[in-house]
Amino acid sequence: MNIKPRSALMDRATQTVGWLASLMIAAMFGWLVFDILPHGVQELSWTFLTDEPSDAGRAGGIGTVLVSTLLVLAVCLAIAVPLGVGTAVWLSEFARPGSRRAAAVRWSLDLLATVPSIVFGMFGMVVFCQMLRLGFSIAAGGLTLGCMILPLVVQTSFAGLQSVPNELRAGAAALAISRRATLQHLLLPAALHGVVVGVLLGLGRAAAETAALIFTSGYATRMPESLLDSGRTASVHIYDLAMNVPRGASRAYATAAVLLLVLLLINVVATVLADRWLQRQTARSFR
Amino acid sequence: MILSRLRGLRPPRSNSWSQRDDWLERGLRATAAVSGSVVLLIVLFVLWQAVPALSNVGPVRFLADSDWRPTSSPTPQFGMLPLLAGSAIVTLGAVLVATPLAVFSAVLAEFYAPQPVAWLLRRLLELLNGVPSVVFGFWGLVVVVPLINAWQPPGQSLLAGTLVLALMLIPTVALSADAALHSISGDLQRSAAALGIGRGAIVWSLAVPLARRGIAEGVLLGAARAVGETMAVVIVCGNIVQLPSSVFDPVRTVTANIAMEMSYATAGHRSVLFATGLVLMLATGTLAAVAGRLRHQGART
Repeated sequence: MNIKPRSALMDRATQTVGWLASLMIAAMFGWLVFDILPHGVQELSWTFLTDEPSDAGRAGGIGTVLVSTLLVLAVCLAIAVPLGVGTAVWLSEFARPGSRRAAAVRWSLDLLATVPSIVFGMFGMVVFCQMLRLGFSIAAGGLTLGCMILPLVVQTSFAGLQSVPNELRAGAAALAISRRATLQHLLLPAALHGVVVGVLLGLGRAAAETAALIFTSGYATRMPESLLDSGRTASVHIYDLAMNVPRGASRAYATAAVLLLVLLLINVVATVLADRWLQRQTARSFR
Repeated sequence: MILSRLRGLRPPRSNSWSQRDDWLERGLRATAAVSGSVVLLIVLFVLWQAVPALSNVGPVRFLADSDWRPTSSPTPQFGMLPLLAGSAIVTLGAVLVATPLAVFSAVLAEFYAPQPVAWLLRRLLELLNGVPSVVFGFWGLVVVVPLINAWQPPGQSLLAGTLVLALMLIPTVALSADAALHSISGDLQRSAAALGIGRGAIVWSLAVPLARRGIAEGVLLGAARAVGETMAVVIVCGNIVQLPSSVFDPVRTVTANIAMEMSYATAGHRSVLFATGLVLMLATGTLAAVAGRLRHQGART
């Protein structure tokens, strides 16, 4: 007899605490976004986005910083996308089921995903900066980030390929279409959503990264002339202003606002694409 | 199904397997080999750089040396205990703060909230997941640290690091708890409700116990992320190497120490920093491996 009221009380309590916890999470997130964006947007102007930083970043803009960021991201994607998609295609389409080599590759990518970003920075410093003699450079930073986002690109591209119905593969094989043509004309177009989502998520992760870059792409604020020049990315700029530059907060706010807006946009697009893609899949399975 | 075996099955060479396909497979296999060897290279290079420290200083002195004075001559001190303790305490604190909040919000999204609210909450957590750690750190510095400073100076402290990290972990824990609860909620909820079991009892006596592996997996992955996190802690924790005696004391974590000292470290000091990097990889690798094992067991039962 006393089970029911107790259960009702527990129900009510769970519901209340659940709402409180969720509201608190939303409030903290709101606090962060609505502290950074308004403070930052005040400082934003066209010249801020195009000028070179001066006075250690307290004055001037972030033009050269944005150029360096884009170059680092370009190098990162140039290395991670071909490697990642190629690996995913091999794992999904060529490796035999139960292949030991495929299991080893998967296992090692899972492990790679757990490596802390600062360790990627140390690795990049030893291998790319020193052994490959790239020095503190955009190329070294981009290569380091490329290694870092590789597991993400492989994982989502693999999921995209796995979602392609087997009838396509069977049909292509029955028509004696070569594997290369099957991939190029059937499988990759059908799996494109997965690849795009993976690239977007990887891009977001790379643009957010700081720890892996402070010893690899360095702090230089001048306009990079080649990929072998050092260049600071937007996230490194925020770190430097917050840690090493007294009275650097207002410019750090503005840079953080730019970075936050771009990253929120990338993540929203990736989520929307992933959602639409999932919906299409369920629609297909019900047909 | 025969069809499902087609994937990975090499068709006979006479028809659809052309010469170019051979080259394609070789090329793709090579990219997979490169991708698979990255983590091996990382372990090898970090280990290689840490060897001088491991052989000259040795793990015993890492723990027995009384202080962390890597640059003092003639005898530098490499006592890592305060750094290890800093990382461990900040991680533990962040996990303890984040887990209840995350689990309750996942329970709300799965069992109580109307559909649109649950949707909104999940989207919010995904967005929070995409906020860069340096932005979390900067926000902590301009918002959280002054608040703590007004209460108990200096503000840059263990507490600030714990709170900022907790906020960063919430999405990891909440999204995986949500997924775990979701995978068991539908049928279970209907049959339990048909037996007249109340919703509160369904949540705490059935759903959460059944989803415990998934929840624990999220907590472990969150802890791995916290151990490896650098930027947020380096900005808000104050970076003084000491065993904290209260939550208001500044601390320095292993990651923050690497970020601060690597740029000027030479020879022995540098090698010791790589040894701490090795410790970090060991810690995150172990946490993630245990999480992976839980997922495996969960899939079997």
